[in-house]
Amino acid sequence: MNVLLMHPDRDFDLAQNLPWNAQNLVEDLDLNTLFNTMAQKDQWLFDVARTSVLSSLTDPNTIQYRQHILQDCLKNPSTIRNLYGIATESMQEERKIYFGIFNSPSSVLYRSVQVLELFVRMLKKLANIAREEAEKFESEGFAQFFAMLIKEFDDEYFASLNTRLNDLRFPNGMLISAELGDGNRGTHYILRRPHDVHAGWIHRLLAAKSLTYTYSISDRDESGDRALSALRDQGLNLVANAAAQSADHILGFFTLLRTELAFYLGCVNLHEQLTDRALTACFPLPSGPEQRCHHFNELYDLCLALRAEPAPVGNDMCAENKELIVITGANQGGKSTFLRSIGIAQLMMQCGMFVPAASFCANVCDHVLTHYSRREDTAMNSGKLDEELTRISEIVEHITPRSLLLLNESFAATNEREGSEIARQILSAFMDTHIKVFFVTHLYEFAQDFYNQGRDIVLFLRAQRQDGGERTYKILEGAPLQTSYGADLYHRIFAGTPLRPGVAEHGSDNAVPSGS
Amino acid sequence: MSVPFKSILFEKPEDHPLHDPMDSETPDFVTDLNLDQIIGALTANREEYHLEPYFYTHLTDIRTITYRQEVMQDLEAQNLSVTIGLFSHKMRTMRHYLDQEHKGYYKHQTERWFLDAIETYCTAVVDLVQKLARADLKSRGLIEFRDYLRNYRANPEFLSLWEEAQQLKADLAAVQYSLLIKGHRIQVQRYGGEVDYSAVVQDTFSKFKVGTTKDYRVQLARGVDMNHVEATILDLVAQLFSEVFTRLDNYCAAHRNYLDGPLALFDREIQFYMAYLEYMAIFKKAGLPFCYPSFANPGKEVHSYEGFDLALAHKLLAERASVVCNDFYLERQERIFVVSGPNQGGKTTFARAFGQLHYLASIGCPVPGREARVFAFDNLFTHFEREENRGDFRGKLQDDLVRIHEILTKSSSSSIIIMNEIFTSTTLQDAIFISEQVMAEILQQDMLGVCVTFIEELSSLSDAIVSMVSTVVPSNPAVRTYKIVRKSASGPSYALSIAEKHRLTYDWLKERIPS
Repeated sequence: MNVLLMHPDRDFDLAQNLPWNAQNLVEDLDLNTLFNTMAQKDQWLFDVARTSVLSSLTDPNTIQYRQHILQDCLKNPSTIRNLYGIATESMQEERKIYFGIFNSPSSVLYRSVQVLELFVRMLKKLANIAREEAEKFESEGFAQFFAMLIKEFDDEYFASLNTRLNDLRFPNGMLISAELGDGNRGTHYILRRPHDVHAGWIHRLLAAKSLTYTYSISDRDESGDRALSALRDQGLNLVANAAAQSADHILGFFTLLRTELAFYLGCVNLHEQLTDRALTACFPLPSGPEQRCHHFNELYDLCLALRAEPAPVGNDMCAENKELIVITGANQGGKSTFLRSIGIAQLMMQCGMFVPAASFCANVCDHVLTHYSRREDTAMNSGKLDEELTRISEIVEHITPRSLLLLNESFAATNEREGSEIARQILSAFMDTHIKVFFVTHLYEFAQDFYNQGRDIVLFLRAQRQDGGERTYKILEGAPLQTSYGADLYHRIFAGTPLRPGVAEHGSDNAVPSGS
Repeated sequence: MSVPFKSILFEKPEDHPLHDPMDSETPDFVTDLNLDQIIGALTANREEYHLEPYFYTHLTDIRTITYRQEVMQDLEAQNLSVTIGLFSHKMRTMRHYLDQEHKGYYKHQTERWFLDAIETYCTAVVDLVQKLARADLKSRGLIEFRDYLRNYRANPEFLSLWEEAQQLKADLAAVQYSLLIKGHRIQVQRYGGEVDYSAVVQDTFSKFKVGTTKDYRVQLARGVDMNHVEATILDLVAQLFSEVFTRLDNYCAAHRNYLDGPLALFDREIQFYMAYLEYMAIFKKAGLPFCYPSFANPGKEVHSYEGFDLALAHKLLAERASVVCNDFYLERQERIFVVSGPNQGGKTTFARAFGQLHYLASIGCPVPGREARVFAFDNLFTHFEREENRGDFRGKLQDDLVRIHEILTKSSSSSIIIMNEIFTSTTLQDAIFISEQVMAEILQQDMLGVCVTFIEELSSLSDAIVSMVSTVVPSNPAVRTYKIVRKSASGPSYALSIAEKHRLTYDWLKERIPS
């Protein structure tokens, strides 16, 4: 019995190890906003959303398998909610059936029979939904799932389940076999199914001839009574175990069903929120990991859009065969937001979701890695550089050539010359190993150096600044500039404060040749 | 008939009175050299054998020492520790069964424990004979023991003891019965081949089965003893299968005194070797060498290469720290190592290692190091600083002098002396004077030993003295190497780019990132 809605060939593992940098991704890309919107206060949905978004698929076929299932879900939201409700109720009701105070095989058996009876009722509900709704679903995943329910759960099977559950109350006494163990003490107690009373005459004849001794425990023999129930427990141990394990297996099925549906229900929730806010979404087109492409229209930072009005600015990019995208330009010009939108879209695509854009196509990658300068501390000391490089080194421990690395103002913890030199060495090595890197930087010396090299696998983007310092938050192709317009920022914040003599503004759009 | 076998530890046990630390005080050197820790580790988990007397009795005759070395070498070379381990395990199981028999209350029960004890004993003997037969033994001890054991096992009395036990066990194992429990009534009958009910249940729900799940079998706490219901059922089972139970009864009555004396002693004594081999394995696994020492006697040209302090190494290995080995040698007229140099540099460890080496060699054991030649001593004396009398300097100096005097009156030219930072509780001048006097007496007696001291003058008193010095890393005098080297005592002696440190240069990265 499998669900197979998350993978065509295996179960979704909610307990799987998340990537080593999961926490960094959540912080750097503000993913909790995404998870919370998907969860709508359901902790189970949150957990599943978190695990599925963070553990990317790398096979474009599996991504499309999920995309098709998700399209079915967006068309039939109430059926998805019903199925999820049955799985949830099964798990919650199971938890309300208590184990006895004493952990004995008879109490284990008693509880297991109750749980099994509950599950049989729930399975009937599932089978009914399958029979009524199956034709409304088109995806391969759902077609198989409903067909499986219809095939496995016919009336005959339900009848045999009821008989078995009734037998487990032992109306005719218990037959237990035993052998002599240590010190000739009885051992290996196994509950046996008595020979059918309607069996052949030979059986009955043999049974009648065997020698039998009978022993009755007197009514007032309390220790004898305890000894007898201990014997019964010895006999019931394996059967109780089998019943409890069977109940667990069915619970496992409901848990898996709830888990796999949770991902899609989360996506349905998110989609409803986007629709409410009139935000665009599209199903992305994933390409193979060997390719290097990144094209999109109207890509926006989803988490920012969910948290703030008005809707953020969308960006377009067309990067074919680019391995390094260097983003320079004005402070507060939207560079970090742009970088975040790249990361979020990549993760959403690689878990089978729609993405926040009008169109989106990118190659899949093994890992999404982020390195954000810890901005709160801008002191230039070797301790800070040491901390930054420790994190870079950690990334290098895990990186593969098919990774996507987002660097946000890395190597800024030292002066520009040293920072540029470190950046030059590290980025050169990354390029030589074909790692796809988006690098937001103020390191002009580095950026200009790479720009001058004119390698066609490098793309230069720049945050747009209009004359007069207005930010449009648009990221456009453009050569690096020697200032990041800190002066603009200064002027805005220190509005009305006269410049002290000797501090001259330097750098403008005209100071260096424009590359685009 | 062969001569009865006496002991695997002594050729002539009568010549060696054992020193039991339970009965008398142990000499100072035991704690000074941390031998108590070593012996503690050796005897841990082997309390039932009471091995302390063997480890605390040092041997002075090289013939007995060699007798043990041979046995130990046989055990090691023939990989017999598994064989002996199995034998000991069976003997322990046998004793456990006898305990159960002793505690039991119902006849059908105690007789079964007794049967199991005998059967376990017999297989222990049979296995051991078979495995020893295949071993290419060289030691006098094990060869004689093997001859003895082979004769014992071939004896018709032993053969019938063993065969009957096996037959009884097989017959009892074949007993299968069933209980039909309804209300307060139990019907006991022979088992009639009915099917396992749990399989029926599993089968019903098999389509849900995925992987493994929790085990719900309850650990049913059965009383240690059989209760009266179980005993009554056993009585009924005994009636259902009366022939087997009658034979069991007769067998037990006939074989009350089955255990062989010399074999029981072997079971205990062989643990001396087993304990040491097991202990040694910890160090060997960490790459630390052991060797069988040769003896320099009557000469004193001792040496040790890659030796180490066992007690310290045991602690360091537990902490996953590395162990430093040291070498030493004495030639011609050389007798005493005077060890000086920076504190915390391994001087005391060196002195202890020297003492441990000699003690362990004297009880016939392999010693730490790649190669060693030692001296078989009559007495081992240690003079280590005592913690008591702190603050009362005069008292302490006096105590030091009393102790050294006592040592020098008992010692002989065959003794070993190890002194550690003595006479620290007086002025330097006094310390030099007293030390020189004491050293002169030691040299006079022609003793072998080590003297750890801060008094560098002692290292050049005589050509019988060899100066050893603890060393530091030349570029950073704060770092100790724990190496003690043979040299004359004399006075003492950081920016890679951060990217380089993090291995983040271009060249490093090309190496680190898989392609």
